[in-house]
Amino acid sequence: MLTIKDLKASVEEKQILNGLNFEVKPGEVHAIMGPNGSGKSTLASVLAGREEYEVTGGEVLFNGEDLLDMSPEDRARAGVFLAFQYPVEIPGVSNANFLKTAVNEVRKSKGLEALDSKQFLKLMQEKMKLVEMDKTMTQRSVNEGFSGGEKKRNEIFQMAMLEPSLAILDETDSGLDIDALRIVANGVNALRDGNRSFIVITHYQRLLDYIVPDFVHVLYKGRIVKSGTKELALELEEKGYDWIKEEVDATLNA
Amino acid sequence: MSTLQETKNTILTSTLFQDWVNASPRVDAFAAITKDAAQAFLLQGIPTTKHEEWKYTNVTRLANTTFEISKSNTTLMNADVTNEKVTEDAILVIIENGILNKAASNMDGLPKGVHIGSIHDLKDNAAIQKHFLQHADYKSEPFVALNTATFSDAVCILAEANVEYNTPIHLMMVNTSNEANVYIPVRVFVAAEKNASIHVVETYVSKGNNTNAFVNAVSEVVVAENAKVNYVKLQDESSNTTHINYHRIAMARDSYEHLTTLSLGGGLIRNNLNIRLGDVNGTAYLNGLTVARFNQLVDHHTVVDHAMPHCYSNELYKNIIDDSAQGVFNGKIFVRKDAQKTNAFQSNKNLLLSDEASMNAKPQLEIFADDVKCSHGATTGQLDDEALFYLRARGIGEDAARALLNHAFAADVIEGIAHEGIKEKMLELLKEKLK
Repeated sequence: MLTIKDLKASVEEKQILNGLNFEVKPGEVHAIMGPNGSGKSTLASVLAGREEYEVTGGEVLFNGEDLLDMSPEDRARAGVFLAFQYPVEIPGVSNANFLKTAVNEVRKSKGLEALDSKQFLKLMQEKMKLVEMDKTMTQRSVNEGFSGGEKKRNEIFQMAMLEPSLAILDETDSGLDIDALRIVANGVNALRDGNRSFIVITHYQRLLDYIVPDFVHVLYKGRIVKSGTKELALELEEKGYDWIKEEVDATLNA
Repeated sequence: MSTLQETKNTILTSTLFQDWVNASPRVDAFAAITKDAAQAFLLQGIPTTKHEEWKYTNVTRLANTTFEISKSNTTLMNADVTNEKVTEDAILVIIENGILNKAASNMDGLPKGVHIGSIHDLKDNAAIQKHFLQHADYKSEPFVALNTATFSDAVCILAEANVEYNTPIHLMMVNTSNEANVYIPVRVFVAAEKNASIHVVETYVSKGNNTNAFVNAVSEVVVAENAKVNYVKLQDESSNTTHINYHRIAMARDSYEHLTTLSLGGGLIRNNLNIRLGDVNGTAYLNGLTVARFNQLVDHHTVVDHAMPHCYSNELYKNIIDDSAQGVFNGKIFVRKDAQKTNAFQSNKNLLLSDEASMNAKPQLEIFADDVKCSHGATTGQLDDEALFYLRARGIGEDAARALLNHAFAADVIEGIAHEGIKEKMLELLKEKLK
């Protein structure tokens, strides 16, 4: 589904990703962990098409197509979803109106007819249950005045509405208390259907207790330096990142 | 040809102006005032940018163009305009090239206490005798003087005491003239008597073949004790139109007015809004919105004059300026010595969508009373890139995302409109403009 080959990217002239490789197959959940500044969020931003990030080398194929050549909206329409680390507040645009526009744009790109208000409302009510969304939240402006937990739930709600084939969760657990974390994780798990793939970017192992990954990768200095299964996450939780840093730095300096 | 005579701040256009005055079949009953206004205009002339109030808005080309006062007959039929009504049920009043066109209007269903008509028919009405031409100050406003000296018809709306009328009264000002350079004076008079309540909409549109139009409109609105006037002005004219508008609201005690000015189309638009809270406990809302593109210039000059205690005013102006368009906002609030316990608020927010777009904003508070609450704020910024990316990351195309954000920025100006039907229509128009 997603193939990343030797990806290099920089922001403001500073190289952050230094030749990153990995592959995601349908239905897989990949966790990407790593110390601060290792390039985790850069990877998410590059995959979603943020313009400030310049790709300086390598390629990303999504279902065989060159993802990096696509605009952010085309990536979303093709089925890539980014759950933002910091969801943006948009005063004056109601959640419902925003999502209706988005859902219908995605449907249009697939040659499907736009949902009318009644159909949309039904879909929304169905998906709201997944993340225990309050009805009033859909009437409010996008993320405006939402608590940290509400914002993250709104991200997962949007994901449920847009039904992407690949979801990238960028530190969705940051700033969440244990209850909010559980709600968000339950939402994600409900969307695991064997075909939909996930890239879960996180600093802590905690989230992976709830969203159990098939693979865990450690990102450091813009490369994947270690890959394993969920046990690797537990090991990182216990020992921290220093042992990996030392290992890698020793190799680099050798 | 006109004889131009430059003074320090103004250009005098005596000969041309004489032509206009002569061409204008004025309203005889008010000849003393209209002649006085003619003199007042001759004294003032057309302001140059050296004039403080016209610093950013250059109208001197008006003095350099040989305009003809519109002589076109009224040709519109009701069928031509009826589908442009602000709401399905609205009373439609067509003012074509400044003249009331009764044939094209549809005033069926007007209740007993509401009168709409030409000044020629209503000149003996007591409210008109008392207030008509009395509120818009031609001594210090050159274009009010010009309008007062040259108008040949005025549309009047009179709401008698205790009449509460919730159907919109839609004054549609249509320019159908075919003269190459046409001058159109438009005059409106609205009086809401004690305890009356009305909803008025003025829209300005162009349908003619002229290459250059100068629309000079003056509206006088008198709001009596405990009366309520909700008013919307929409300017959506052709890019070859220079539109100068003066809107004066005189407010009695316990009265309420809510005015929304929407400048969505035209070449050069200057709005002069002047609200006088002349007695205690008045409430005035002034909302304004500009969407300017290409090389348009839209200038909002507002004056809120708190003359008496315990009044409230609230002003919200937003400007969306794109391409090489220019926006101007000048908001004056006077709080006179006697106007204790005044609450006066002003907010001006501007969005510049291109590097060439420009905005000049100047809030101006002059407070002579000591027990008041006043605030003002002005911000100018660009579209939020983060918000834009967020929308695009959900599959919304770049143009649609921009339109959505611009609409969100502007919509709260329109959300304040009390009448649901008018509000819906204006939101729809805005959406169309931002596409």
